[in-house]
Amino acid sequence: MIVIGERINGMFKAVNQAIQDRDKAAIQDLAKRQLAQGADMLDINVGTAAADPQSAMKWLVETVREVTDAPLSIDNPNLPTMKAGLEACSGRKMINSTIGSDEALDTFLSLAKEHSAMVVCLCIDDKGVPVDVEGRVEIAMRVLAKAMEYEIPMDDIYIDPIVLPVKADQTGPGKVLESIKQFTMLSDPSPHIVIGLSNLSQGAVDRKLINRTFLTMAIAQGLDAAILDPLDTELMDAMITAEMLMNRTIYSDSFLKAYRQR
Amino acid sequence: MAVEEPLEKWSTAVAAVRIGATPAEGGTRAREVVLGGETTLPFLHFEGATPNKPVVAMEVLDIAPREWPEVLLKPFADVVDDPAAWAQKCVKEFGAEMICLKLEGIHPDSGDKGPDEAAKAVKAVLEAVDVPLVIWGCDVDEKDNVVLPVCSQAAAGERCLLGTAKEDNYRTLVASCMADGHALIAESPLDINIAKQVNILVSEAGLPLDRVVMYPTTGGLGYGIEYAYSIQERGRLAALSGDKMMSPPVVCQIGQEAWRAKEAKATTEEAPQWGDAEKRGPMWEAMTAVTLLQAGADLLIMRHPDAVALVRKAIDELMRAG
Repeated sequence: MIVIGERINGMFKAVNQAIQDRDKAAIQDLAKRQLAQGADMLDINVGTAAADPQSAMKWLVETVREVTDAPLSIDNPNLPTMKAGLEACSGRKMINSTIGSDEALDTFLSLAKEHSAMVVCLCIDDKGVPVDVEGRVEIAMRVLAKAMEYEIPMDDIYIDPIVLPVKADQTGPGKVLESIKQFTMLSDPSPHIVIGLSNLSQGAVDRKLINRTFLTMAIAQGLDAAILDPLDTELMDAMITAEMLMNRTIYSDSFLKAYRQR
Repeated sequence: MAVEEPLEKWSTAVAAVRIGATPAEGGTRAREVVLGGETTLPFLHFEGATPNKPVVAMEVLDIAPREWPEVLLKPFADVVDDPAAWAQKCVKEFGAEMICLKLEGIHPDSGDKGPDEAAKAVKAVLEAVDVPLVIWGCDVDEKDNVVLPVCSQAAAGERCLLGTAKEDNYRTLVASCMADGHALIAESPLDINIAKQVNILVSEAGLPLDRVVMYPTTGGLGYGIEYAYSIQERGRLAALSGDKMMSPPVVCQIGQEAWRAKEAKATTEEAPQWGDAEKRGPMWEAMTAVTLLQAGADLLIMRHPDAVALVRKAIDELMRAG
């Protein structure tokens, strides 16, 4: 499982404050704690509050890079801020994200090629999020065809089936699970499949329980990456256990500890 | 449009474990041997690196072997009573790159020798040859725990490979290895879950995984080799896919297991239909070795010089294929 730590996000009050104060220590502490708890990559999101999102992104990326070589996921919908993040980021990086319309794919896949970056492709096109599984699979196929055209290695493609709040549409999670299963059959090797987990429980109670239950179900369908909160120990334990139950890791009596000692 | 080459990309490597300390490092070995370090499955040179070729260690006992068949005893007939001379013959005459001194004589049922006598044998072998040394206990935990620490001390600074540690008996050996600068063999009974657990335990006890070699137990040709093979293969796939706790290289007891088989040890008179025992036994041992090489074995402990020669030739050819 590829864990992308979600905590460096300007939507969180404390992070927003740290960005405004240019408080390096607070951001670096958050980076280090997420890595220590099992994050493989760190998501970097300036949120919506930053007055100058480009310089805020540059500062965030450079600040985190001072303490880790882990890949950074540059998370922003706007091209100039995305570019600012990619340019500031030495080492391995991820574009998070592009939608699956032809125009957006042309823009972001050529950017991925230019930066040798991984790229998250959302199953959204000009018409929005498809209402059914078939619509999602159709977008995913378009993404893979485009990725081959741009010669992006399959290992750098992350398809996101789009998780919506369960409170808004209770049929959504089931569709996501079926989509994940179908994505795994699109190519061999299959692309990575990623979800933004926390969105699932927006506005609901027992958020952590909802998140970790769904994560284990998605892992059973073939999910191999997620943007989530690695500081949620129960969530990480459930994830590690699900991977072990799916025979993706070797059981040992100390399996939880072994995962964290990687 | 370019076609992507269907190559496996592995995220991690097998740990590289150094055995044998040269004078520059405070030991007396002529050179060190490095086990492991692969970044791909065995000999897939087009996919990744195999920086260190698999190594054969020749087995020497501290007492004259009691159950070895005539064919196997013959090459060592003049030296079986003297481990130092035996080791010397393996190195000088048969070109052994390493020696595995197996302390069978400390076993309560076959001599019950004490720690001082065992340590004397260790010292004698270290003086007689300058290749890196494996020191293997008698598989009786209580006895190993008394004898091996003394042998470890006698060989301090030589960076030997010492074993074996098990899930419920590892602390004493870990402490010895750490104190005297040796590497450790972590044993498990043909069980991949326990193999991983032993590695976790010894690393938690303070021994870094680049000083551990796994012994997942070996099955000889015709006697469970498939089982040993699939466990080793699965372990190697995990090691290359990010499971750090499965990263240590692997040692196999080739000679011990191959020569248990009646197909290897039956004399020509007993089984004329199986052909000349002089050739059959060594072939049985060599086939066991070559098979397990393909499952990722990094260190092969072997007995018959003809088998050793065959396997070294096979290793050279497999390494050249790249």
